[in-house]
Amino acid sequence: MSEAAKNPDTDNVILDVRNLRIIARREDGSTLNIVEEIDFTVKRGEVIALIGESGSGKTTISLAALGYAKPGLEFADGEVFLNGRDVLDLDRHGLRNLRGREVAYLAQSAAATFNPSITIGEQVTESAVLHGIKTQEEATKKAIELYHALELPDPEQLGSRYPHQVSGGQLQRLMAAMALCGDPDLLVLDEPTTALDVTTQIEVLKAFKTVIREQGAAAIYVTHDLAVVAQVADHIVVLYDGKIQEAGTTDQIVNSPGHDYTRRLMSAVRPTPSSDLASAKQEETDAGPAMEVKDVTAGYGRNLDGSPKVTVLRDINVKIERGHVVGVIGESGCGKSTLARVMAGLLPASQGDVLLDGESLPKTVRERSRDQLRRVQFIFQMADTALNPRHNIREIVGRPLEFYRGIRGRERTDKVAELLQMVDLEPDMMSRLPSELSGGQKQRVALARALAADAEVLLCDEVTSALDTIVGAAVIKLLRRLRDKLGVSYVFISHDLSTVASFADEVVVLYAGRVVEQGPVKEILSPPYHPYTRLLIASVPELRIGWLEDTMGTREAMAGIAGAVDLNAPGCPFSERCPLAIPGTCDVEVPPNRVDESGEHIIACHIEFSGLEREQTAV
Amino acid sequence: MWSMILRRIGIGIVTMFAVSVIIFCGTRILPGDAAQIRLGQEATETNLAAFRKELGLDRPAHVQYFSWVKDTLSGDLGVSLASDVPVTDLIRDRYKNTLYVSAVTAVIGVPLSVLLGILAAMFPGGIYDRVVTFISVTLVSAPEFFLATLLVLIFAFYFNFTSAVVVGGVEGKTFLEILRHFFLPIMALCMIIAAQLIRMTRAAVLNVMSSPYVEMAILKGVPRKRIIMRHALFNAIGPIVNVIALNLAYLISGVVIIEVFFAYSGLATLMVQGVQTRDYNLIQVLGMLFCCVYIILMLIADIASIVSNPRLRHPR
Repeated sequence: MSEAAKNPDTDNVILDVRNLRIIARREDGSTLNIVEEIDFTVKRGEVIALIGESGSGKTTISLAALGYAKPGLEFADGEVFLNGRDVLDLDRHGLRNLRGREVAYLAQSAAATFNPSITIGEQVTESAVLHGIKTQEEATKKAIELYHALELPDPEQLGSRYPHQVSGGQLQRLMAAMALCGDPDLLVLDEPTTALDVTTQIEVLKAFKTVIREQGAAAIYVTHDLAVVAQVADHIVVLYDGKIQEAGTTDQIVNSPGHDYTRRLMSAVRPTPSSDLASAKQEETDAGPAMEVKDVTAGYGRNLDGSPKVTVLRDINVKIERGHVVGVIGESGCGKSTLARVMAGLLPASQGDVLLDGESLPKTVRERSRDQLRRVQFIFQMADTALNPRHNIREIVGRPLEFYRGIRGRERTDKVAELLQMVDLEPDMMSRLPSELSGGQKQRVALARALAADAEVLLCDEVTSALDTIVGAAVIKLLRRLRDKLGVSYVFISHDLSTVASFADEVVVLYAGRVVEQGPVKEILSPPYHPYTRLLIASVPELRIGWLEDTMGTREAMAGIAGAVDLNAPGCPFSERCPLAIPGTCDVEVPPNRVDESGEHIIACHIEFSGLEREQTAV
Repeated sequence: MWSMILRRIGIGIVTMFAVSVIIFCGTRILPGDAAQIRLGQEATETNLAAFRKELGLDRPAHVQYFSWVKDTLSGDLGVSLASDVPVTDLIRDRYKNTLYVSAVTAVIGVPLSVLLGILAAMFPGGIYDRVVTFISVTLVSAPEFFLATLLVLIFAFYFNFTSAVVVGGVEGKTFLEILRHFFLPIMALCMIIAAQLIRMTRAAVLNVMSSPYVEMAILKGVPRKRIIMRHALFNAIGPIVNVIALNLAYLISGVVIIEVFFAYSGLATLMVQGVQTRDYNLIQVLGMLFCCVYIILMLIADIASIVSNPRLRHPR
C-alpha cells in the first residue's frame, strides 16, 4: 500500500492496468497477441464490466488482475498495479499472498469449480484461514453472515454439506461467499450468471449487487451480456479481438454507443419478449400436422408395471403443424430435452404416442424404419460433441446422403457442396475437420447434416445456447430462411424466451414435466399468461439501467426465489412459487386445462382466463 | 452406499464360485494326470486304473467338483496327489516366505511410490519429474530376471553387502538375518511395483490437477502442497487404490521368476511345481487361494473408491 503514493492517481484506485499485452506461443516458437494495449482502472466501490464475445480476451484480461495466465499464455508487456504493486513482478509466494487476500475470483461454472469431495464450509473459508486473515471460527462466522446476505437456505448447516447436495444457483452464490470471505479489495466475476436460468439469474444478480455494495469492494464483471451489465456495472469496457474498442460509463455506452461494434452488440441483445416480436402467422394447410405428440408420459428407469421410476414428462400433447416452428421453453430440468428425445425415439415413452404425418411411430429408434428415421432429425446443443472429430465435413454431411438416399460418389460430393452453400458455408470447407471450424460454423455443419437427410421435422435442442449472441442470431436467421425455402418444421427447444419469441409460431411452456401453457406465440406473450410464463417473461433482463431494481420488488421476482422444483408434487407443480396460488386448491388438485374461444390457447391453471387477465394487467 | 458395498461383496462371492469352476475345468484339460506322473512311463494300464480309483480320479467330473467344493468349504484341502503330503503342509512351508516378502515390499514400496508419484505430479515437466519418469519407464520395461541379475551384481558381488540368494526360509532366522537374506528379492519387487505405482499415481493426480476446481484453488492462493494433498489427492484415490490392489495381488501370486532367481520357495513356485506334477489338488487349492487374494484386494479397492466418493457417501 505504501507504494500507492507513487501513483499519480488517488488512493482510491485499486487496480490500474497499463498497456497490457498477453501472448500465446505457437509450437514453432512464433507468438500471437491474445490481448494488447489494454488500459483501464478500477476504483474502490466501482464495478467495471469487460464485455465482448468469446475470443475477445475478456477472461484473459480479468485473470491478469490475479497475476494468472492460463496454461499456454504469457505476459509480454505492460503493468497491472493492484493496490499500487505490479502483480506481474511478483514471485510464486507473492502471488499466493495476493490471491484470495486482495483479489478474489468467481468462475463461470460453480459446479465445476467446487471440489466435489470437500465440504462447502471448508472451501468457503479456506482462503481466509490459510492467509491468516481470520481464524477458523471468525471465518465460519463470516461465512454464515454471507450465506444470510446471499439469501441461501439454512445458513447454519450449509457449511457441512457437499457441493452436489445444493443446486446450481445456490453454488453460484456460494462462490460469491467464497470470494468475499477473505474481505478482498477486488472481485473478479467471470460470467457468473451465464449458465443460469433467467429466473435464477435474477436472484444471483441481486445478491451480487447487494453484497458488493455492502462490502465496499471493487469488481471486474466479465460477460457477453449487455443487458446484465447494464444492471450491475458503473463503467463498461468493450472488447473485440483482444483490443479495447470503447470505454465509458454505463450510461454512455448503453444510451449512446459510439463504436460500431458496440452498436452491433446492442442490436444482438435479446429483445424483451413481447407480442410485437411474433412473426407473421404461417398459413394453415389442410394436410394435418407434420408431427403430433399424444398423451405422452416418459421418464427414466423402469418399474415392474412398466411405468418409469422417475417420471419426467406427464401427459404431454403437442402438435407441430407443417412448416411451423414450435418453441419449447422452460427452466433446466423441466423436461425440454426429454421431450425431444421421445420424439426422436431415443427414449421410449411409457405411455402415449408420437405420430408422424398421422401415422404412429414405433417408440424406439431401433424399431423405426430407415425412412421414418430420415424424416425426423436431431440437432444438438453441443455441435462440438455431436460431430465426429476424426471425420471431415464431406464425410459428416455425406453420410446421411448415402445412408438414407443412396447418393454416392461424384453426385454425393456435389450434393454436399450444395448443402454447405445452403447453410452459408463455403464448399471448399469440405476437407476440413470439425476442430478447424468455429462454434457457429460447426452448428451450421450439424444443420447441413440434418438437411442432407431431407428431413421433415428438425428437433433443435438449444442449438444457439452455446453460441455468442451475434453468431446465434445469424443461425436463427438461417433456420428461418430454410423453413421458408424447404417447408420443414422445427421443434425449437430453448431456455431463452426472447429467441423463442422471435422465431416460433407456437410456444409450449413446460414446468416440472407438464405443459402449463401452450398456444400461438402472440397469445403466449400477452395477457392472460400462466403465472409461470409471466415469471419467465419478467425475468429476462432488459437493456435499461435500473431494470433490476424495478423488477426485484415485483411479486413475480419474489416468487422466483422459492424452493426447488418437485417432479412429483401433488396438485399444480408451480403452486409453491406462484404469487396467485390458492391454498387448499392449487397444492392439492391438478389444475384443469383451460382453453380460450379460438381453441388454440391452453393454460393449465385453477384460475380462469378472465381472472388471470385481471390480475396481470393490474400490475 | 451400504447397498452398493453389499452388492460388491455379493458379486465377489459369485465370482469366487465362477472361478472355482474355471480352475476345476482348467486342471482337467492339462495333458496327462497325477497317476501317470506318480507311477511313471512304465506303469501298466491296470496299475494306473487302480491308482486312479484310489485317488478318486475315476469318478465323473461333476461329482469330483462338488466333493472338492464341499471339502474345501469344510476346511479339508485334501492331499497332494503327487506326494501324499496334505496340501496344508505344503502351503504352510511356503506361505511365510511369500507373506514376509510381500508384506515388507508393500510396507516400503507402496507409500514410497505414491509419494514419488505425487512429487512428480507437483512439478510436471520439471527435472525431477523427468528423472522419475525416465527411471520408472526403464523399470517397467526391464524384464524381472534382468533387474534381479543387476541387483545381485551390484549388491552381492560388487558391494558384497548381502547374500546373492536366499538360503532356507524365514523360519529360524533372526530379524537381521532375514533382512540380509531377503534384501535383494524385496528390493527387486519394490522396484517392479514402484514403477507402475509411480506412473499411475502421477497420471491420476495430474488428471485431477487440470480440473477447474484446482485452478480455482490456485486463484484462491492455496499453496501447491495443500492443493495436492487436500484438493487433488482425495479425488484421485479411486484409481490409485486400484493399482495398489493389483500390485499387491501380483506380489502374492505372480513372482515366480523372483522366487526362482533368488532360490527361496514361495507360493508361486509351489504353483509351478503343482502344474509340472499334474497335482490337481494342489493347483486347485492354490488357484482358489490366489483368486481369493485378488477378489478381496479388488473388493477393498472398490469399497475405498465408493467411500471416497462424496456423492455416494452423502446422498442428497
